[in-house]
Amino acid sequence: MATVTYRQALRDTLRAEMLRDENVFLLGEEIGLFEGSYKITEGLLKEFGPRRVRDTPIAEEGFVGAAIGAAMLGLRPVVEIMTINFSLLALDQIVNHAAKIYGMFGGQASVPMVIRTPGGGGQQLGATHSQNVELFYSFIPGLKVLAPSTPAEASAMLKAAIRDDDPVLFLENLALYNTRGELPAAVEDVEPAEIGRAAVTRPGTDITIIGYSRMARVASEVAETLAAEGVSAEVVDLRSLRPLDRQTVVDSVRRTGCAVVAEDDWLTYGIGAEIAATIQEGAFDWLDAPVRRVAMAEVPLPYAKSLETAALPSAESLLTAVRATLRATGRITPGTDATSPRPALEPVR
Amino acid sequence: MTEILMPRLSDTMEEGVISSWQKQPGDEVAVGDVIVDIETDKAVMEYEAYEAGVLEKILVAEGETAAIGAPIAVIVPAGGARPEPAPAAEARPTAEPERAPAAEAAPEPEAVPVGAAAPPRANGRPAASRPPSSPLARRLARDHGIDLATLSGSGPGGRIVRADIEAAVRSAGPAAPAPAAAAQATAAPAPSAPAVQARADDPDVEAVPLNRFRKVAARRLTESKREAPHFYLNREVDAEALLAFRATLNEALAPAKVSVNDLVVKAVATALREHPAVNVSYTEENLLFHKRVHVGVAVAVEDGLVVPVVRDADRMSVSQIGRETRELAAKARDGRLSAREMSGGTFSVSNLGMFGVDSFSAVINPPEAAILAVGAVRDEPVVRDGQVVPGKRMTVTLSVDHRATDGATAAKFLARLAELLQNPLLIVA
Repeated sequence: MATVTYRQALRDTLRAEMLRDENVFLLGEEIGLFEGSYKITEGLLKEFGPRRVRDTPIAEEGFVGAAIGAAMLGLRPVVEIMTINFSLLALDQIVNHAAKIYGMFGGQASVPMVIRTPGGGGQQLGATHSQNVELFYSFIPGLKVLAPSTPAEASAMLKAAIRDDDPVLFLENLALYNTRGELPAAVEDVEPAEIGRAAVTRPGTDITIIGYSRMARVASEVAETLAAEGVSAEVVDLRSLRPLDRQTVVDSVRRTGCAVVAEDDWLTYGIGAEIAATIQEGAFDWLDAPVRRVAMAEVPLPYAKSLETAALPSAESLLTAVRATLRATGRITPGTDATSPRPALEPVR
Repeated sequence: MTEILMPRLSDTMEEGVISSWQKQPGDEVAVGDVIVDIETDKAVMEYEAYEAGVLEKILVAEGETAAIGAPIAVIVPAGGARPEPAPAAEARPTAEPERAPAAEAAPEPEAVPVGAAAPPRANGRPAASRPPSSPLARRLARDHGIDLATLSGSGPGGRIVRADIEAAVRSAGPAAPAPAAAAQATAAPAPSAPAVQARADDPDVEAVPLNRFRKVAARRLTESKREAPHFYLNREVDAEALLAFRATLNEALAPAKVSVNDLVVKAVATALREHPAVNVSYTEENLLFHKRVHVGVAVAVEDGLVVPVVRDADRMSVSQIGRETRELAAKARDGRLSAREMSGGTFSVSNLGMFGVDSFSAVINPPEAAILAVGAVRDEPVVRDGQVVPGKRMTVTLSVDHRATDGATAAKFLARLAELLQNPLLIVA
């Protein structure tokens, strides 16, 4: 049992997997000599050499394509794309090749590769470097999309991603890199996660809060705040955006009767919309209030710190939405928090 | 076309038996016509049509039972072409979407008659739109046989939410066990067969099926004892003046008569008016203070117990209360009490004095917060001015729901009640 940062958990897991399987290799911009823009590959070039830790040109389409070819021929590449924003340059390779090869060619070739890539706002990196476009990949059959929220999950899910025979988008969030948590075992002994399973990370009875990645952590904080007020919130961490574990979400809402979804991207057509649809299909008769969504302001993320903070979903905006839902169902009575409940069609911020 | 649904005619009703059809298929029906007599768990009641037209079809025959909300007959508009039946609101898409979330795992909801919420009008226009309600509230309302139209919602824009249904269920006394709850129960072991069945062939035992009174009383009183923490206050009342006063009254009113119990009911109603904290109902969210005083009077009937309610007893004269009580008791013994006459009490009185019982503790009749148990008037030596002299004594016991009120509050109410009984002129003053 060791307390590590999310960053450390990723780095140690990459190392453990490279030691375990010589077919695992890394490629990406600045991951070797510079040890990664976010220092996830620290020490790995020294340990494994340039054959297995390959610095690439600034050419996403090129090195993602190279990884696809390597994967088809039996290697297990782990690509680092510096930020998810730059993955857009490799969209055709990811969407039209990696995702489709297995199906289009009748299962003759698999593409066992991982694309690790961080995203998220809040770092004052400006509109083009602060996006979360997980939705683009979660939309594509043939891909798997994982979004762990804790060091333990990051380790278990990265192992599962590397060992999986399909292309996996492994989404990290810049805001999570320095968060700490315990690993259940020494890193080489961490059990790989089961892909496609959400988790109830906190049981509760009054309301379900659904989040993933950074927002799963925020949801836990909010549940903590609510517990002090006597409200029992259940937190569901999606963990996997594709395949999506609808059953866990639906089961939870059937227990609590209402839900708020927190997503780290824009509202319209977002992950929250899919979850809300899932809930009304699977738990209609159990719903005591409309499903609310908390998401980013629908603007290119501003650079100015105050504006950026205002645009991002936060514990405060999530609390507001949760309280409005609790009030709507009579689970709490109107109190000092006098924000009037907005119509459910408007994002609550 | 309109489906006539089994109505909810009493708080404790879960299903009704069709006693007799007053209209036959083909008969013209006007709004307000009695079309069917329905036997509930307590009484036989007339049920009037709420739509005009022609009775087209009887769906539940005489003697058969139907759950609340189940269609029992169909009425079609008179003369005109029959409108197309409304499309079933619950028609499923023929092709379930692939990997429909949880649909496979969903327990089938109880079959609910389509249109239970809003039967289309005979003229084809939908009936007045139903109040806004959450899906969960609608399902719970179905399970408990509650008509949403009778509730006001506490949610945004008057939306009826789960809390409102739960409050209605609590204030209506125990409702039907939700079938959904049963469905969701984690495979509880089947209850073992009741002992009666196990010994039905025992020659020394006669197994008599429970009658409706027994069933309802068993359920409600069990709930009362389980849910309401009872506490009991005893008080000896000097009944000498009360008996003398009653004799005087009966001379004046002859041939009409008032009983000791009528005086007790009036005294109780007067004391409740002065002590509103006892005239309450407890719910999980609120304490409901009843603005009117309706006193239930426990009546023994041949095969059980019913509690008809004397409404606004505080505004009635003692002789009115006497008349009303005797009328209700006679109806109770004939099984003619209407649901209204048996519901809505805010406090009850139970008197076993006529059976020579000195004192006893009664079980609260939910959702009331208290009940008064009255014993017999006894001849006893009493100490008055330092002398032991013959006297009359009556013991009253107040059972109180501790969730709703507290000892001191109840004691003050009881003290005032004793004062009224010992100075009976105050009862009629």
